[in-house]
Amino acid sequence: MSPAVHDVLIVGAGIVGAACAYQCAREGMRVAVLDKGMIGGGATAAGMGHIVVMDDSEPQFALTRYSRQLWQEMRPELPNDVEYEQCGTIWVAADEEEMMEVKRKESFYQKRGVATEVIDSSTLENYEPHLRKGLAGGLVVPEDDVLYAPCAAKFFLEQAKASGAQIDLGSAVLKLGNGHVTTASTEFSAAIVVNAAGTWAAELTPGLNIKKRKGHLLITDRYPGFIKHQLVELGYLKSAHSTTADSVAFNLQPRRTGQILIGSSRQYGAEHKEVDNEILASMLQRAQEYMPELSGLSTIRAWTGFRAATPDKLPLIGPWPEDERLFLATGHEGLGITTSLGTARLLVDQIVGRTSAIPVEPYLPARTFSEHAHA
Amino acid sequence: MHEEISVVVNHRSIMVPSGTTAAVAIAIAGQACRMSVTGEPRSPLCGMGICYECRAVINGKPHCKSCQTFCQAGMDILTQE
Repeated sequence: MSPAVHDVLIVGAGIVGAACAYQCAREGMRVAVLDKGMIGGGATAAGMGHIVVMDDSEPQFALTRYSRQLWQEMRPELPNDVEYEQCGTIWVAADEEEMMEVKRKESFYQKRGVATEVIDSSTLENYEPHLRKGLAGGLVVPEDDVLYAPCAAKFFLEQAKASGAQIDLGSAVLKLGNGHVTTASTEFSAAIVVNAAGTWAAELTPGLNIKKRKGHLLITDRYPGFIKHQLVELGYLKSAHSTTADSVAFNLQPRRTGQILIGSSRQYGAEHKEVDNEILASMLQRAQEYMPELSGLSTIRAWTGFRAATPDKLPLIGPWPEDERLFLATGHEGLGITTSLGTARLLVDQIVGRTSAIPVEPYLPARTFSEHAHA
Repeated sequence: MHEEISVVVNHRSIMVPSGTTAAVAIAIAGQACRMSVTGEPRSPLCGMGICYECRAVINGKPHCKSCQTFCQAGMDILTQE
């Protein structure tokens, strides 16, 4: 079998690979997308689908804000099954110490032109009556959104296909490099290969430092209006910051169906897919501390997934220094759905040699080499 | 002879024999227990608490399995959107 001629081979049909395919095809490149499984079958399907501006670092802020803006611009084109809702995020402050963090966060966002609203205890109670009484307040980020990422990935790939892209699902990529990708049945070649294989990226590109960070989620039956915003405890930041210890945090998301996603957990070194009952129990306990009435809701399902975590908590977007024809678009940890669109733009800008809307340097894979040099 | 008790289904009082399940009361009232996401009527498939098709709002609590709930006098039953 002699495959068609391609300019770009993208390995991985998750939200990041799909967004890259969409963007490459729009630029007129001949694209093939290869995935061992189905569309969005990894972290894309396992995650919540929260489009959120984050402020752990300036580069993380820049990429999440740029990406959220791209999602908002794309919103009119997205099909109904993407279930895009601009519900906003409330960062919930439990006490006065966390209210200080609310104020810091507000001033950070305000200086950079992101709309926020600081709310006190009674306003929080008014916005979300099922939260327990006596919480200190919170920060509302009204333009954050939620969506159903597997359908967004499917949409991007359909659009790419309409521009001539080839989508090859179900055969595992055995090897990639030097402009070639080998699957069980076919050998593909192109000017450029993009490794967008998420948590599996390191298996295909040795030397990549990506660790699997396991997460648990649970979904309830339909309770329309029970919560109105994505609710995240400010302690989430402490949880997400740790790069070694297991942690849980209160994190709820309202779905268009009226269902509620309950998260979240982070574990290192847990490679098995099964639900860890102890982690699930402490995650739910945490959720009930913030919202006691959750215990009266029926849940339908709990599951796990793996985030692709890098040591410096920033994704890898750009050329891989050891292979001039290989680009990376991976390592997005818990922000791949948010940052998929920004990632795709930055990647394509680098492929065609164009200046990006935000500086690309913080995300270049080459930084991981200079870290080694300093070590 | 069974004693008859009164329950309320979708704001209308009906009499049912004691020992009747809420699912049957809903059927006597000529209603479906719930509507699916795509707007189709749903009522018990298994009748033994496994399929969850019989969910209804009972005394204000949503997603109760009506086939596993015996009617009590004055019980408020709402079919579920």
